[in-house]
Parts: sequence; structure tokens; C-alpha cells
Amino acid sequence: MPELNLTSAPAHLRHGSNIGQPLTRRDGVLKVKGQATYAADNHPPGMLFAVTAVSGISRGRVASLDVVAAKRHPGVVDVMTPDHKPPLAVDPEIKTNPFVFRMEVLQSDEIRYANQPIAVVIAETLEAATEGAALLAPRYEVQPALVGLDAGESFVPPVVGVGNPTELHRGDVEAGLASAEKQIDAIYQTPPQYHNAMEPHAIVASWDGDRLQIDMPTQGLMLSLARIAELFGIAHDKIHIRSPFLGGGFGSKGLMAGPQTLGIMAAKLVGRPVKLVLRREQMYGPVGHRAPTRQRLRIGADGEGRLTALDHHARTVSSTFDDFYEPAADASHTLYAAPAIRTSHDAVRVNTGTPLFMRAPGEATGSIALESAIDEMAWACGMDPLAFRLKNYAEVEPISGKPFSSKALRACYEQGAARFGWAKRSLQPRQMRDDAGFLVGWGVGTATFPALMFQAQARAAIRRDGSGVMEIGAHDMGQGAWTALAQIAADAVGLDIDRVEFKAGTSDLPDAGIAGGSAHTATAGAAIHSAGAAVIAKLADLATNDERSPLFGAGNAGVIARDGRLVRRDDESRSESYAEILARAGVAEVEAGGTGAPNPAAMEEYAMHAHGAVFAEVKVDPELGQVRVTRMVGAFAAGRIVNPHLVKSQLFGGMIWGLSFALHEEAITDRRSGRIMNANLGEYHIPVNADVPPLDVITVDEHDPHVNALGIKGVGEIGITGSAGAVANAVWHATGVRVRRFPIRIEELLTQS
Amino acid sequence: MKQFDYVRPATVTEAVAAAAQPGAVYLAAGTNLLDLMKGGVSRPDRLVDVTHLDGLDQIETLADGSLRIGALVSNADLAHDPGFATSYPAVAEALLSGASAQLRNAATVGGNLLQRTRCAYFYDTASRCNKREAGTGCDARDGENRGHAVLGWSESCIATHPSDFCVPLVALDAVVEIEGRNGRREIALDELHRLPGNTPERESALEPGDLIVALRLPPAARGFSAHARYLKVRERTSYAFAVVSAAAALRIENGKIAEARLALGGVAAKPWRARAAEDVLRGVAPTADAFQEAAWRALADAKPSGDNAFKIELARRIVVRALTLAAAGTPARVPALPASPFASTSGAIHA
Repeated sequence: MPELNLTSAPAHLRHGSNIGQPLTRRDGVLKVKGQATYAADNHPPGMLFAVTAVSGISRGRVASLDVVAAKRHPGVVDVMTPDHKPPLAVDPEIKTNPFVFRMEVLQSDEIRYANQPIAVVIAETLEAATEGAALLAPRYEVQPALVGLDAGESFVPPVVGVGNPTELHRGDVEAGLASAEKQIDAIYQTPPQYHNAMEPHAIVASWDGDRLQIDMPTQGLMLSLARIAELFGIAHDKIHIRSPFLGGGFGSKGLMAGPQTLGIMAAKLVGRPVKLVLRREQMYGPVGHRAPTRQRLRIGADGEGRLTALDHHARTVSSTFDDFYEPAADASHTLYAAPAIRTSHDAVRVNTGTPLFMRAPGEATGSIALESAIDEMAWACGMDPLAFRLKNYAEVEPISGKPFSSKALRACYEQGAARFGWAKRSLQPRQMRDDAGFLVGWGVGTATFPALMFQAQARAAIRRDGSGVMEIGAHDMGQGAWTALAQIAADAVGLDIDRVEFKAGTSDLPDAGIAGGSAHTATAGAAIHSAGAAVIAKLADLATNDERSPLFGAGNAGVIARDGRLVRRDDESRSESYAEILARAGVAEVEAGGTGAPNPAAMEEYAMHAHGAVFAEVKVDPELGQVRVTRMVGAFAAGRIVNPHLVKSQLFGGMIWGLSFALHEEAITDRRSGRIMNANLGEYHIPVNADVPPLDVITVDEHDPHVNALGIKGVGEIGITGSAGAVANAVWHATGVRVRRFPIRIEELLTQS
Repeated sequence: MKQFDYVRPATVTEAVAAAAQPGAVYLAAGTNLLDLMKGGVSRPDRLVDVTHLDGLDQIETLADGSLRIGALVSNADLAHDPGFATSYPAVAEALLSGASAQLRNAATVGGNLLQRTRCAYFYDTASRCNKREAGTGCDARDGENRGHAVLGWSESCIATHPSDFCVPLVALDAVVEIEGRNGRREIALDELHRLPGNTPERESALEPGDLIVALRLPPAARGFSAHARYLKVRERTSYAFAVVSAAAALRIENGKIAEARLALGGVAAKPWRARAAEDVLRGVAPTADAFQEAAWRALADAKPSGDNAFKIELARRIVVRALTLAAAGTPARVPALPASPFASTSGAIHA
């Protein structure tokens, strides 16, 4: 029986019995009790501890390491260095596909960035390995570090993000600017930021001959497995990875990281299981980050406040040895109906670990600049910033001219503004004060994120007792995949969620693709949905072809799966339970596979994006410049909401991240050494509870028949976009000071009093 | 990590003897020391754990009206001690504005006085730091230094002392009781911390083995309770060190300032007592002009040590605000957001 096409609307599905319910996370009790086993919680017998020694300089080479001193330390078993390490099957410098990034796995003594691993000490205890690493006392040959956005000659990279064109344009931007009555020409800067997942990158690796068992947090089980297989020259089926829970990933655990590879190498070197966990400061280097940007926006508008042109250029950085370019300017492709749009990027190379996808890569950096600039233009036109956005509302995607598959942004603006009380806002800045004398400012930002789909497979089964099984190597990073995907699975096989055994998080299950791009629920969900449809179709075949069944003759399309029974569509009095069907057929279980994938025809025809509108209130001390966000309302339209409870949590998290982007987060890089000077959670500021105001999330109804079979657009990243700009714009409205360098610092707001 | 000896002396005398050895350090709650050890910044040979010593965890009012606080009293216990916040409101507010609730529960009075700077170059062992390793140089001087000192710094060191607690203490003339190899002595808290000069590695007046056993607030300190505030500007609402802070305490009689106390935090290698500012406030009415004048006096000698000129202007404004708040009167309760400019914002429930 052929597997069902995932984009066909399946007749059997009855949304609402599981999908749409605000279930609390099913792994919550385990986590509260400390019983959820994260990678570093595993301790196989005989396990040793590995600690990486990392580079103190960011460019040069390691001249010497005191391996003798380290090895002499009690408890140290071995020291892995470029001269003493197991061989790899392929050169880690070779990029076999765009998703392979170069990694530092002791292939040479060259140092390309600070905190690069330069040796691994393996010992009986963590303490011994730590001291062994300290005793290596590396000496360096130092070269001047390349630091900052002006570190060298800029160049135009071939692509930005994942294969996006570096430059795109539509219409004549220069003519549009020339004809404009109002012009904005402003430069915005965003700092380097680090993912800082609560759980550090960790691995527990055990070799048994050529079989490899791995516990490791990953957002991409099969991508990691394929990379490991390639690096170590072993077959895929020799590798088993467990990744049931991640303490956050945010893009930094999407691809196999160098230090995790070192853990596998260390286990091979010593012939015993090895655990390697990065220290917090060691995460500021080899596991990716968000690159800094400097963005220039030139915008023109006519006398009525209609955009005539939008030119967005972004400068960013990549490492000296690999390529990832934050696609910041691409944020200007989709939101505002300028007749002429141009986006472009250039870059310089610096001594840094290669930048990587970090929650809303490009969208987050680009959005804060775009939303600030649009706000500046609204003010230049003498218009309310929300009215200005509505005036320039894009009915079709501006850069492509395609219709949107769905777009409820107008409703987001309306509902968000109503909830926030936006109508009472003063047009002029620095007009509103509270009773205590603090400056009050209100800002708005538009949120947008593409509705993406990747590739995934799932396997479904109905067992003889009438229960269901759904298998997919999906990833729960904390976002709630264990719950949301199980809800989809339950509906897909027409059972209550407690009657479906949902398996995820290991590499022996069908490939769920990558948990990234806000596409995991949509992609894995589509595969689950299609596998469910396929297994139900098999079951229906058994029943409808059996003359002893009350469903005999109903035909495939003539039955509905519901509550563990197949029900005749045209006569609900005729039904039969799954268990009865299987028992009579003498079959232990039926099983079927399904796939989730993008629909190229729909993508060709439609622009697919989630949207939202975020409103923020800040208070600013008029003399001292300290800022506090006091209210935020976000209204988001993201297609079908699988679990409103988890979706709100995701959107809350995104909005807090946006607040953080505007006011707090920055990796401070020493301008000479290239070292990150605040590589810890005390000094790398993110909001604490006292910084987070009451948040209000509205999910706006949106039905999208084109994005995928389930109509899911994804909510993992969109909350950041819009929010950062809304906070920045609120600070301007409070103070009259337009800060274009983020995060906004106290000193920028001390100019007036 | 580095192997070290751990000793737990039974008496103060034993503790002093044990800690007088080269390479020995005292361990109290360890909220700073353990981080320093994990980062390889501090590599002691011996930890002398004083947390089990008897008699160092008392808060007592002495016959002369002084308050004597044992060195092992936790920051949280002191801040929440009945009557303490009433008598010394700026000190309580400073305590509650520091660190996080968990850290305040652990951190001790003695340890707070001796916490190390938060200069990133001191913590980063790949950087040069005269304080960490004498004579190696100061990478902060031309580095990322917008948070560094604007008063009392030298070319050798531009680090600041991070304590909130010490700022009102130094304003109130707190005294430190020290047990050393030659018995007991006491010094003014203002004399405990040293400015860097050419020897930034010498941070305090303590000699090897010296143990702070108590802190004393003299009788006069209570006299400011009606008009005492601590104000702290920071980069997030809680759990951040001060960019600049100030403790202001006034004794107001017949509409005039009979006596003023003022100290600044986050500006120098020690809590910075601003005596010149205090002098201009004596005998004058608590007006905005008087506070402006005091602010200019307080920062008269300030100069940027890097990208931190804004801290001088910010410090002036904080002085004016802290004096204004103090003059307005101590609030009946410690605010929900202690020492925050947003302390008066209604609905704040976090500390």
C-alpha cells in the first residue's frame, strides 16, 4: 500500500481531540523530580572524565605543552594532543556538504580563535582531568588577532545564512530614494551573542569494537550520526545516539561540535567510556554564536507616508577558516510594501569560532534594525508608528510579489493594540510620565519568521490490543516535542494520547530531520500525520475487505478513525475497534511509514511566513538612564496551534529573548586579544526575573491550507523578532533618544536630564 | 583542580596560626573564593574553614550603643534581623540589593568585606593583571574598561571594589575587629581596603593570618536612621554589580543638615567615602542646589580610566538622587526592589 501524500488533506483526521489541547508537558514530572536523564547524567561502568584545554590566544600556534607534567598528575590516564590522537577517516577541514562545518579536533597546532581546544586530558576523576589541563601550561607563538567589524578587507560572500542570495533587489531603489519626500539613512549595530543553553555541550561516548554508543544533546540526531560515521569511518548502523532531553539548544546543538567529536576520539584513545562536558566559558568559541552586525538602512517615503524604497545593507563577520554569514538584511524582504527593495551583505574575517544559527538567525539582528528604522521613518512622516506600518502593509510578499499562503498580521496589529491600549499613545516622544516621575514609552515592532519545512520520516503501528505506537527520532530541546508531537501522533492514529506509545530522541528511530528553523513541529508532525494516515489505511483495508466486519465494503475513504475505532463515514452506527479488526485478521500489528517534506509546488506559488505584532512599555529613569520594561503584549499568527500552553511558553521565551537583545545581551570582546571578557552567566547579562514584566500573548486564529497538511507554521523563533524592536522603539518614545547600538546602554540615555 | 589541604580549626587562635602559613586562605561561604579556584585565578595550598568557629555568628548591641556583627552572620540574616533595617536602613537596603537571594543566604559579613574585584582581566587568566600576578601589567588599562574606576586608580590597576554592603558601612564609620598573630586589633573599615598605587596585589590592611571576627557600627550610626538610603544603578534590575552606587545618610535638625554621610560604590578600589561633599552639606538646608554642590565635590578628583567618563556624570546624578531620597526620609519598609531607581514602582515583587 503506497504511503499517503503528506500534503493531501487526510479524511481520517479529526482535529481537536488531541491537537489543540493545552496539555502540560508530559516530561514535566520527570524534570521536576530530577529523573530526566540528560547526556551528562550517564555514567557507564569504567567511565573516565575528559577535560579540554583551550587556547588563551586567538591567533597563532601552540609552541609547547607540558604533557609530562599533566601525565604525572595523579589520576591522569592520557593526554590527547595533535601528536597523540586516534586517526580520523576524513580530514575535518573538508566540507562535504553545506551543513558540514570545519571543526577543531587537534588536527594541527594552529590556533584560529580563543577558547579553541588544544588538548584533551583524560583522567579517573573530573578534578584530576581539570588539574591536568591546567598543568599543560601552553606556550604560544602569538600573531595579531583580527577583531571586530573592520578587522580587514571586506568581501561579498557567495551566500548568506543557508544558501540565501547575498544580494536581492526588486525595483529601482536609487530612483525610489531620489523621489522620496522623507529619507532615513541610519546605521545600527548589534553585538556578538552566545546561545548559552543552560545545559553545556556534553558527550558520553563508549566504543565496543567498532560499535559506538553516544549520549549527547543534539538538535539533529541523523545529521550528527552521519557526521560521526564519516569522521570515524564506520557504518551508520554501528552508531547509536541517545538524546532524549536537551537543556536548550537554540541552534548551537544542531550540528556535531568539535568538542563532542573530541569526546569520541578520547574514548577511542583510552579504550574506555569517556565523558566530556564543556565548562561555561569554553562554550564561547567552538560551538557557534551570533555574529555581530553593522547595518545601514536607507528608506524613502512619499508625502503620504508610503514607502518608496528600502535599502538594507548588513556587514557581518565570519571566522578565518569557515563560512557562516548572518543574513541580517533578509529581514527586509517580507514585511513592508516598498516598491523598490534591495538587500545586500558583506563581511570580514576575524579570529572567532565560526558563527552559527542562533535563534532567529538573521531575522533577530535584521528585525531590530528594520523595526527601528521603520519607527524613525514613521516619526519623520509625523505618523503613529502603527498607522505607518498599516499604511505600508504588504498584501503580497514585497521581494517576490508572491501572495502569502496566509497572513493574519492585520488581526495581530488590531488585537495586540487593543489589548495594549495603544490608542492612548502620545505621538511625540518624552511626553509620558508615571506618577513617580519615570519617563514612559510605548513601542511597536512587527514580528515575522518564515514557515519552513524540512524532511522527516515516522513509523506508526497499531497493536493487537488496540493501542498505537509512533516512532520518530524527534528532539525535545525543552520546547515540548514530547508533548506536542505525541498529540499529533494520537490524532493521527485516532487514539487517546495515553493509548499511544510515543518514541523519540534516539538515532535508531526514523529520521526526524533537524529541530531548527522553527520547523520541527511542522516537519516531524507532518511525518507523524502521514504515518498515522498510512497505518489507519492499512487497518481500514483489513476491515473493509473482510465480509465479517461491519465495515465490509465501506472502502478506504469511507471510514474515520476515532477513539480506537474505525467508523463508517456515512453511518456512524457501524464501527469496529482496532483490536477486533486485528484479532479477526489474526495479525499482531499493522505498521506503516510516513514522510514530511516541503511541497515545492506550494512554495513556488506562495510566500509562507508567520507574523506577529509586539507592543512594549518601558520606564526610564530620566536622570539615571536605567531602563525597565514594564509591559509587553505580543499577538502572533502562526497557523495551527498544536498546544496553546506550550506555544505561549515558546512565545514568552522569544519575547524575553527580544527584550534581552534590546537591553542586555552582549559578548564583550577584547579589542586586542579577541578574547570574550564576560564568558560567564554572571557577566553575560540576560534578563533575570525582575527584568521580565507581565507578558501577554495572543495567538491569532489563522488557517493555512498551503504550508503543510497540518497548517503549522512554527513558533520557536518568531517571538524574538518584533520584540527587540518594540523595546528599542519604546526607549526612544520614552526618552527622545534614538539609540542605534544594541544593547542599549545607560550612558546613551544620560545625554539629557 | 589543584590539590589543596583543608583544615577546620576549632578556635580562632588555631585558625590564625593555620592561615598564617604561606599559601593559606580562609574559607567562609566561598561564594567568591570557590569561583576563583575553579577558574584558576586563586590557587591556594590550604583552605582554613572558619565556618564552624563558635561565637562569630552573633548580632549584639553593646553597652555603648554600638552594634557588633559577627563575621559569620549571613548577609540575609543581617538584613532580616529585627530592628537592623530600622536602625541602619541604608545598610539593609545595600545588602538586599546585592547578588541573589541564594547567594545572600550563604555569603557572610566578613567575606563580603573581602570579596575580590569583578574586573574581567583579573578573572581571565590569559590576560595580564597586576593584582592577580604582581608586576605583569594591566590589560584592563587599554582594554574593555567602561565599568572601571574613576577615582583613586593608578596606571597599575583600574579595578573597582564590588561590594554594596561596604558602601553604607564606610559612610557610617564602621569598624573592623581583627584577630591576628599578635592578638586583637581594630581598624576603621575605611582603612581596610587599599588603593592600588604601585602594589595592587595588596588589597587590604590585613597581614597573613589576620581574621576579621566582627564588624562594629558605632553609636552615632543610628543617628541617621530617619534619612538614610542606598541607591544602585545597574544593567539589569537584579543580580548585577553596581555601575555606580551611593549611600547617603543625613541627620536633619530644624530643617538643616546637622551631619551628612556619603559614600560611593563601583567607582574605586575601595568603597569611596566623600568627605568633601559631607563638609559642604553640614549646616545647610537639604536643597537641590546643596546636593548638586555636594555631587561636584564628591567627584572633583574623578577622571576616566578608559571608556568610562559617563560614570563620573552618572555618579554625580546618583549622589544628587541618593541625597534627595535620604532627605525625603527613610521609607517605612525596605522597598521591594532594594536600592533600585525603580524601588518606588508599584507592583514590584522581585528582589
